[in-house]
Amino acid sequence: MKRLFPAPWLSLALWVLWLLLNLSISPGNLLLGALLGLLAPLLMAPLRPLPIRIRRPGVIIRLFFRVGRDVIISNLQVAWGVLVCGSRPPRSRFIKIPLDLRDANGLAVLSMITSVTPGTVWSELALDRSILLLHVFDLDDEAQFIQHFKHDYERPLMEIFE
Amino acid sequence: MMPLWVEVCVAVLLVLSSVFALIGAIGLLRMKDFFQRMHPPALASTLGAWSVALASIIYFSVLKSGPVLHGWLIPILLSITVPVTTLLLARTALFRKRMAGDDVPAEVSSRR
Amino acid sequence: MSALLSNAILFSLFLFSLAMALTLVRLFKGPSAQDRVLALDYLYILAMLMMLVLGIRYASDTYFEAALLIALFGFVGSFALAKFLLRGEVIE
Repeated sequence: MKRLFPAPWLSLALWVLWLLLNLSISPGNLLLGALLGLLAPLLMAPLRPLPIRIRRPGVIIRLFFRVGRDVIISNLQVAWGVLVCGSRPPRSRFIKIPLDLRDANGLAVLSMITSVTPGTVWSELALDRSILLLHVFDLDDEAQFIQHFKHDYERPLMEIFE
Repeated sequence: MMPLWVEVCVAVLLVLSSVFALIGAIGLLRMKDFFQRMHPPALASTLGAWSVALASIIYFSVLKSGPVLHGWLIPILLSITVPVTTLLLARTALFRKRMAGDDVPAEVSSRR
Repeated sequence: MSALLSNAILFSLFLFSLAMALTLVRLFKGPSAQDRVLALDYLYILAMLMMLVLGIRYASDTYFEAALLIALFGFVGSFALAKFLLRGEVIE
């Protein structure tokens, strides 16, 4: 079973993706999707760099909703910052954030979160993964931002991946 | 015939998304620095794409009187592809600006 | 389709095309190469969102597939351009 399904969640996701793309649950499509879900992880197994152990689903769901909320808030902030930029230019700058997260998959998710949020752009990561260079659109208080970043995003990811 | 509340929901979501896309373009045009210009386009790829996807899910689900969920694939695809492009562009800009001697932070790796 | 929804769709298509025109100005103005790549990437995203709106306008699924294709091509194109600017060659 383990050898047939090296990544059961990936297989399930591919199957659902196939059914959504075809918009049908006819027996033929169910079978084709299952074949895709079975074959794709097997063919990709030689490429797979790191096994992922995901724990604590409660933390994942809470992180998901927190990121969704923060993305909406930061959308409104950036939109407002763009509209008033003639009279009040945004205080954009680079900041350095010391990182404790070392897991590659966790760092990938962290970079997705920072790039998806409109107010922040992930610029550079040190080779030893200890420092992150981040560009922030409108920064008010640097210490407070670092504290929010580490507490809201980095801590849950460390709980999930490490 | 479609109920009125569905049409109002879809109309509001579509207009919201296009307003955010327009603000993103205005930001792209008005910001002074390249790194500032990287932020506004994210407006269209997050809230803009989410509201269009939600509008299309609501509209087609009512139209075909059954759940039509494939609209969600667009935000999922965008949330995977947009970070890759953004990251690479940010690194490119840092690299080129350092080569040109502009005012950007030095490499973080060298000062361990 | 009622007058309310079709007018809202027309209005949002108008705003999307205005956004595209502004992005084109940035594309031609530059000043640096990465600015142009960023503007081109934004054009792709706007075109994809317009496709989804058109799909609602004509109540057809085909536009959804066009939107998916535009998103994929846009991703590959911007990725290759950014990679080219980073090193001067696409495949290392």
